[in-house]
Amino acid sequence: MIFPSRDFKVLSGFSSDLEARGVLCSPEPGTSQGRAMLTFMASDSEEEVCDERTSLMSAESPPPRCCQEARQGLEDGENAAQWRSQDSEEDLDDADRYVCSGVPGQPLGLEEELTLKYGAKHVIMLFVPVTLCMIVVVATIKSVRFYTEKNGQLIYTPFTEDTPSVGQRLLNSVLNTLIMISVIVAMTIFLVVLYKYRCYKFIHGWLIMSSLMLLFLFTYIYLGEVLKTYNVAMDYPTLFLTVWNFGAVGMVCIHWKGPLVLQQAYLIMISALMALVFIKYLPEWSAWVILGAISVYDLVAVLCPKGPLRMLVETAQERNEPIFPALIYSSAMVWTVGMAKLDPSSQGALQLPYDPEMEEDSYDSFGEPSYPEVFEPPLPGSPEGELEEEEERGVKLGLGDFIFYSVLVGKAAATGSGDWNTTLACFVAILIGLCLTLLLLAVFKKALPALPISITFGLIFYFSTDNLVRPFMDTLASHQLYI
Amino acid sequence: MTAAVFFGCAFIAFGPALALYIFTIATEPLRVIFLIIGKASEGLKSINPDETAPSMRLLAYVSGLGFGIMSGVFAFVNTLSDSLGPGTVGIHGDSPQFFLNSGAYPLIEKTRLNKTFMTLVIILLHVFWGIIFFDGCEKKKWSALLVVLLTHLLVSALTFISPHYGINLVSTYIIMVLMGIWAFFVAGGSCRSLKFCLLCQDKDFLLFNQRSR
Repeated sequence: MIFPSRDFKVLSGFSSDLEARGVLCSPEPGTSQGRAMLTFMASDSEEEVCDERTSLMSAESPPPRCCQEARQGLEDGENAAQWRSQDSEEDLDDADRYVCSGVPGQPLGLEEELTLKYGAKHVIMLFVPVTLCMIVVVATIKSVRFYTEKNGQLIYTPFTEDTPSVGQRLLNSVLNTLIMISVIVAMTIFLVVLYKYRCYKFIHGWLIMSSLMLLFLFTYIYLGEVLKTYNVAMDYPTLFLTVWNFGAVGMVCIHWKGPLVLQQAYLIMISALMALVFIKYLPEWSAWVILGAISVYDLVAVLCPKGPLRMLVETAQERNEPIFPALIYSSAMVWTVGMAKLDPSSQGALQLPYDPEMEEDSYDSFGEPSYPEVFEPPLPGSPEGELEEEEERGVKLGLGDFIFYSVLVGKAAATGSGDWNTTLACFVAILIGLCLTLLLLAVFKKALPALPISITFGLIFYFSTDNLVRPFMDTLASHQLYI
Repeated sequence: MTAAVFFGCAFIAFGPALALYIFTIATEPLRVIFLIIGKASEGLKSINPDETAPSMRLLAYVSGLGFGIMSGVFAFVNTLSDSLGPGTVGIHGDSPQFFLNSGAYPLIEKTRLNKTFMTLVIILLHVFWGIIFFDGCEKKKWSALLVVLLTHLLVSALTFISPHYGINLVSTYIIMVLMGIWAFFVAGGSCRSLKFCLLCQDKDFLLFNQRSR
């Protein structure tokens, strides 16, 4: 999910991001909540796949008073997470809930101006982590053979693609997609039900399980494969120590408090790990069809009145609670008006007095939408007086978005025979889509899905580059021609 | 096929572009967006009402750089990755044509060097063409547009005389210098301002630097 500065609200389809705690809203207690659902796949070894949803939401810095944000994150990359900032002040009526207009009391024009002013900066703040995640995924794909070898498929995609005829293969991939999407829808609805019946502990537990799985098991496997590729020997005690430290610090940073940069780095790493698992276990054609279908689902779930995400948001609003903790990447910047500037990392780290409920978990087990979970009772206003003058402006992007962007680029790198041309074209396409989505966010000021535009561009660029541009560029390059 | 070759070629081809990017664009988020999107976008301008709208020349420069980088990267990156040696790149195989046409080893070296310098000059040419083209569009100077188009075709045609890399490169560089001078004057520079700049007497520039610190 992307959360732009407070005036933007964008809801992306994938809302499995946990809100960065404390990063979003300093006075806001319940902002950081995350939930992760981890589903284990019954297959060989490292089958656990976590789905994540990301949603594009504008992160708004709530006014110093309590600002509750309702967020919904759905994992499995399908459900759009909606995140709303709700101003708990009374002068915001319900109609404004979906559009947070920033500091109450200010004229709307000034708000918009402030909003727009930071728009470009927010775009860049999202380019960097998305680029980093994609670079990690592409670098791994290009160097570590493990992630391009076919070693079975997930149980959510049971149909094989080793069929003699093209039609059969297409049919199988469509069936795989249907199964996957229906699992995601089911999980999303399950999440909505859980939320409606206030099963918060269940969601928290699920989230913690997911992030444990991702931070320890997947990291261990990844490290093992990288060491194998570069033929580096490492003994088990060292390996244990490394993985333990990495995982423990990750759990602390993501689910509790930690420096902002470290938290961001961990979120990027787990998104990359997740994307790598998807790239490995999704067969080729199924992957492309799933990407397309998830974008469509994201669009539907976020914008339709009866969409599950929307229902989640509305429920959260009715209860006046912060919405689900989703796995959210946050790049908060803090400006203090008239007060000493607070360090953003300490901002994030010290914000909330209570932590147990704040978890960031961004994984969904494969095929299951991650439900934003974490319901925290709203904190009674800003604890410290000096926070009143702070404005936090940051952008929050759901981890599901990271994951599916990286899946697209990684698949292009793994299977595109055009090598780097195709990969680069997809990369640029995704950045363009992200830019346009943020633009739309600035214009519409409500939750929007982050996946559709980027994925559409990415798919168009991939297929056209691979089939049209690549042969052309190859011929040009081989004859040293420049056009 | 070594790392030295890789880095050497990479920096020759992309060094100036990277330097231009770092010093002029990386600090301004809006310009980065323009670079990615490729064209001046009215919508993006509306995002920044507080700041002065980027001038047309800035947009021309940024979009020219963007086009140049993209075309340079697309033309050159496969060669770069090959220079790291097989096995580290392209698990699914490179395009077979590429290897077939590489020829003997000295030819590979010569080819790679030619590509490196051509990429560099193409990137710079795109920047200059962008500036001249935008200016021509704005001032409705159709002759400028025509000249830009013709020189572009000329540079491409020059690459057709494939084995004669020397002539190709030298003439392309000459065209690049000419375009650079033209773009400089189009962008508002003059001999006087150039003199001031070189002798560090340009007050505006010095003041600007002071301010930005």
